[in-house]
Amino acid sequence: MSVATTTAREVTQSLTTGRPKDRRPASLIFLALLWFSLFFGVVVLLVLLIDTAIQGAPRFDSALITEYGSRVLPETTGFRAGILGSAWLMLFTALFAVPLGIAAALYLEEFADTDRWWNRLIELNLQNLAAVPSIVYGLLAVAVMALAGFSDSGTVLGGATALALLILPVIIITTREAVRAVPREIREGSLALGATVWQTTWRQTLPSAIPGIATGTILGLSRAIGEAAPLVVVGLAGSVRFDPTGVLSSITALPMQIFSLTSQSQEDFQTAASAAIIVLLVMILGLNAAAIYIRNKFQRSW
Amino acid sequence: MNSTSASAVGPSGRTGPPAADLSRKARPAETVIRAVLMVSAFLSVAITIGIFIALARPVIGFFEEVPFGTFFSDDAQYGVLPLIGGTLMTTAIALLVAVPLGLGAAMYLSEYASRKARKVLKPTVELLAGIPSVVYGFFALTFVTPTLLQDILSLEVNFTNALSAGLVLGVMVIPTIASLAEDALSAVPQSMRQGSLAMGANRMQTTLRVVFPAALSGIGAAIVLGMSRAIGETMIVALAAGAQKNLSLDPREGMQTMTGFIATTAQGENPVGSTSYNTLFAVGMTLFLITLVVNIVSIVLVRRFRQVY
Repeated sequence: MSVATTTAREVTQSLTTGRPKDRRPASLIFLALLWFSLFFGVVVLLVLLIDTAIQGAPRFDSALITEYGSRVLPETTGFRAGILGSAWLMLFTALFAVPLGIAAALYLEEFADTDRWWNRLIELNLQNLAAVPSIVYGLLAVAVMALAGFSDSGTVLGGATALALLILPVIIITTREAVRAVPREIREGSLALGATVWQTTWRQTLPSAIPGIATGTILGLSRAIGEAAPLVVVGLAGSVRFDPTGVLSSITALPMQIFSLTSQSQEDFQTAASAAIIVLLVMILGLNAAAIYIRNKFQRSW
Repeated sequence: MNSTSASAVGPSGRTGPPAADLSRKARPAETVIRAVLMVSAFLSVAITIGIFIALARPVIGFFEEVPFGTFFSDDAQYGVLPLIGGTLMTTAIALLVAVPLGLGAAMYLSEYASRKARKVLKPTVELLAGIPSVVYGFFALTFVTPTLLQDILSLEVNFTNALSAGLVLGVMVIPTIASLAEDALSAVPQSMRQGSLAMGANRMQTTLRVVFPAALSGIGAAIVLGMSRAIGETMIVALAAGAQKNLSLDPREGMQTMTGFIATTAQGENPVGSTSYNTLFAVGMTLFLITLVVNIVSIVLVRRFRQVY
């Protein structure tokens, strides 16, 4: 066989099967490097999970979620206040960010004329906001709370404001994608029957996009629930010994408790922090599972 | 698609002669709803302006008390230079880890993986982005520094050091770079790969010499966005990089970053209007401006690669 046909066969093979029949050392080393970079992160993740689980294993007991944090009894310190605080934060974050995010996304997708400079400004601005450091949103929330005259720091309201600002760009971007995926024929059919643009949006486009919006929202919340940086700035306590009672009650949050325990040098606190990390990861995993379930169950293919 | 549908159905009714009559009809409810939605959308711009105003007032207060020259010096109390140095150090270490690994993962996903494998592998890589940063910080402090750096590699590092914070920061940034770089590589037209293979290049040569250069602006955007993430990340550096200002080039020492400074200072008592409160905002403004410039560079680069193909 001539060189040309061999090469031709190699090329067609690699194109059709997607696998190179190339055994040169350079190619193999290159492929090995690519495999290494692909799995390096996964290995780190596994080490992290196993190390944390082993460290936290002695504290997988009921006190972990029923007790308040304690500086005197590190062996029974618990995360009740943090778990409840995080739940309250998520509720109000969603309450602030979701309606606003959906409204903004609907405007940009259904009403805005994308050729106008102000609408392009919004687009550019959204891309930037999505990459602003989370701690800056904490500073913004502090300034907003100070302007609005709320003097208490570390409240549900302050924390939820910071987290809502943080996930607003995420919600707008995912909602826009969900709305964009609704086929144009649905809108045109509705308009042709005499519905106005808003009627079409409200009764046709939005209901069809709900699964995508829900998925995006839950993924946004799963990012917010693990955030500690803006909460530190807003002044959330590392530990409180009471349940949240309202939007103005001082709270702590699970990542905040982990942060404050990590800075303690006692062994028992580190163990408790490891166990709390597992609790936090389970909560995040639960949110992600819910998002995947909703997507698979309700997503329509057009 | 959006622009065409919006102009076709928009209330301005510039297209479609018969529809124009109806769309000029006054619909007060429709106008109100449109206005409400528009206000929500403009709120995102208001947030950016709000960030500027919110930061500007305390910053002005800060510079009334502390001279400009003192802020941009290594002054022990008010100097921002050691903080910028700490941020640069951890970011540089993070990029040394994340750029080769992120690009390697992106090249595999885009050029080697079958469609089926990619569907499984891409979310796996992105799992890394779902881990809260406080968890990474805990890992850096309780595993990477004592076990990996001190015991296994027997490096003489301090309890908190820029090296372990930077390494873990790098792992956190991998999915950001991998994901965006993969988009850029996949956007390179198939015909370029076919041309290269037809000329007798093997897959490695095609990837490195044809696809990679063709996707360069998108890859640049990915790296710059990863850099922005590393600069703005707080909890890892607050826990593992140290809480002391230290203008040094030795990554084995602890050094505070801009974000770490804000997190540490915010934990203390800072009454509104006090110098310590204003210092927070002065550092916050510096951080915001730096990431703003980095983000704009990344957005411009993304636009460029979207335009080419």
